[in-house]
Amino acid sequence: MNVYPYLVAVFLLVIGAFGIARSHNLIHAVGCLSVAQAGTYVLLLAVGYQHGAGAPVFGSPASTPTRNVSDPFVQAMALTDVVVSATVTALLLALSVQIGKRHGTVDPDELSALQG
Amino acid sequence: MTRGLRLLLFAGGAAATVVLLVFGVLGLPHFGSSFHPYRDHAVPAAVSHKTANVVSSINFDLRGLDTFGEETILLASVVGAAVLLRPAEDEDEKRPLSGGRILDSTRLVGYLLLPVTLLIGLDTVLHGALTPGGGFQGGVVLGTGIHLLYVAGSYQALERARPEDLFEYGEALGTGAFACVGIAGLLAGAGFLGNLLPQGAFGSLLSSGSVLLLSAAVGVEVASGVVVLLARFLDQALRVGKDTPR
Amino acid sequence: MNLLIIAALTLVAIAAVVVVFTDDPARQAVTLSVFGLLLAILFMVLQAPDVALSQIAVGTAVVPLMIMLAVRKVRGRQ
Repeated sequence: MNVYPYLVAVFLLVIGAFGIARSHNLIHAVGCLSVAQAGTYVLLLAVGYQHGAGAPVFGSPASTPTRNVSDPFVQAMALTDVVVSATVTALLLALSVQIGKRHGTVDPDELSALQG
Repeated sequence: MTRGLRLLLFAGGAAATVVLLVFGVLGLPHFGSSFHPYRDHAVPAAVSHKTANVVSSINFDLRGLDTFGEETILLASVVGAAVLLRPAEDEDEKRPLSGGRILDSTRLVGYLLLPVTLLIGLDTVLHGALTPGGGFQGGVVLGTGIHLLYVAGSYQALERARPEDLFEYGEALGTGAFACVGIAGLLAGAGFLGNLLPQGAFGSLLSSGSVLLLSAAVGVEVASGVVVLLARFLDQALRVGKDTPR
Repeated sequence: MNLLIIAALTLVAIAAVVVVFTDDPARQAVTLSVFGLLLAILFMVLQAPDVALSQIAVGTAVVPLMIMLAVRKVRGRQ
């Protein structure tokens, strides 16, 4: 239990990379990239968690601030990461669509043969 | 490189990576420990700036420069995707739509939930300093909420409701507003992105200084970016096509 | 509490395997949406409501929609 979340994060990263390596379709590879990115979010949040602590929000009506909360720093990093990776995924999908238009296929094995 | 060779190379690389990562992970503090030095400094700093949501305070106040960088990454990706999704030479635009049938219940739910979703998005953006939320989350909710019009109605209704140029300008405006608030801080002597405005009482809406302004700027930018992206993708999938008649 | 975290982590790992081994991209969009939802549950259990909000908004709506539109565009040309 002490290291289980970290091992799950490593597992997500490796299986995402495996999906990209064995993929037959560029769009499928983009989905597997999302899985690999999820591994980094899990690692960040697992580092910041503390047993028995609450969330780092003292909302409205405001409760008394205390230091017994989970780490807000890694949460801030993961938050912007999630949204920005979505737009980068959009860029990759746009690239795949253009490749499909120009070469007629999105199979990575066939694409490398279409040279010259 | 053949497929088999590629998978073999991957297996070797993955094995080495896994070994290194597991060794690294075993050296981390135990999961759930109470050793968090960043938190010990961040929470008192956020409370001293009267911000109830510490994560928003870190994003827009304590580490605003990082958020500025992430915003420009977002802007660059949206511009890149919008440029890439132009029609090719042998495609023509504005192919007529073949309408589908929409269930009446879908139409009702869509029209009912559209104003609710937009209101929730606006609330999430503006209360970013108090409750979980902020510019990024609220912006995505706003950007996808307007597409309920497409789910409930027709694509033409969506096209009329979102003039594309407006949202492209909106995105630039959001990024520019963020930079302007930062430069205002520089001009007032508090440093780039320094927190200038009066900080109010802990837990009220107008607290925490410039976090509200920056959250709104990021909300405008993310919402416009999502709308532009989805507009280009929808256009490509529905409107642009080859010249041959269907 | 510990049991909840372990269960959420295990579900996320299983969903990741399902996503990677779903070969058809149109179907993968749906499994990716479910994966996003399970991730959001994990983030809530790890006391991170802000990140869970982002993940729900982005991973269950925006990314699967874009994948389906890209698949439709690519298939329309083949």
